[in-house]
Amino acid sequence: MTKSELIERITEHQSQLSSKDVELAVKTLLEQMSQALSQGDRIEIRGFGSFSLHYRAPRIGRNPKTGESVGLSGKHVPHFKPGKELRDRVNDGLQRDLAAQAANGS
Amino acid sequence: MGALTKAQMADRLFEELGLNKREAKEIVEMFFEEVRGALEKNQQVKLSGFGNFDLRDKGQRPGRNPKTGEEIPITSRRVVTFRPGQKLKARVEAYAGSQSE
Repeated sequence: MTKSELIERITEHQSQLSSKDVELAVKTLLEQMSQALSQGDRIEIRGFGSFSLHYRAPRIGRNPKTGESVGLSGKHVPHFKPGKELRDRVNDGLQRDLAAQAANGS
Repeated sequence: MGALTKAQMADRLFEELGLNKREAKEIVEMFFEEVRGALEKNQQVKLSGFGNFDLRDKGQRPGRNPKTGEEIPITSRRVVTFRPGQKLKARVEAYAGSQSE
């Protein structure tokens, strides 16, 4: 599912807002989430999961072409931890797929 | 500053886009529900500029009860992983704040 498919699905599942409104809303939400992380804030969505920053210590890297050493400074990377409801639903999906496979004898 | 929550996200849609409070709350709810629904159906979710939610099936592997040391197999499972996009990574990398966990 891409962002535009997500926008379509939300538009179909409610009756008040046009797809233009939904598009703007989705873009606003993603921008707000990116903004929160880029200023070091966490995002906590119950039943979905949490986003936080993980710190990567500075290290000496190497240019793979020249073999030259380069100092890389420490940085933060986004990290997502799925919440319980998401974990369970995704895993139930696998169990359903396995049961369907078994039923088809494949 | 505190963590970003659904309530704050709905407030932003209310203030910035002029959705009424009920609509704003509903859209935030649907946004996360549609993503969960896709992942539940084993569909990868690609939100350009933000990142991708990928799915990985893991086979059964041997495990151990850490308390008793007893061997018990860890059953096969499907897990979600998030791969941040280039744009988000670049924005976050610039964050020079204190080292978080």
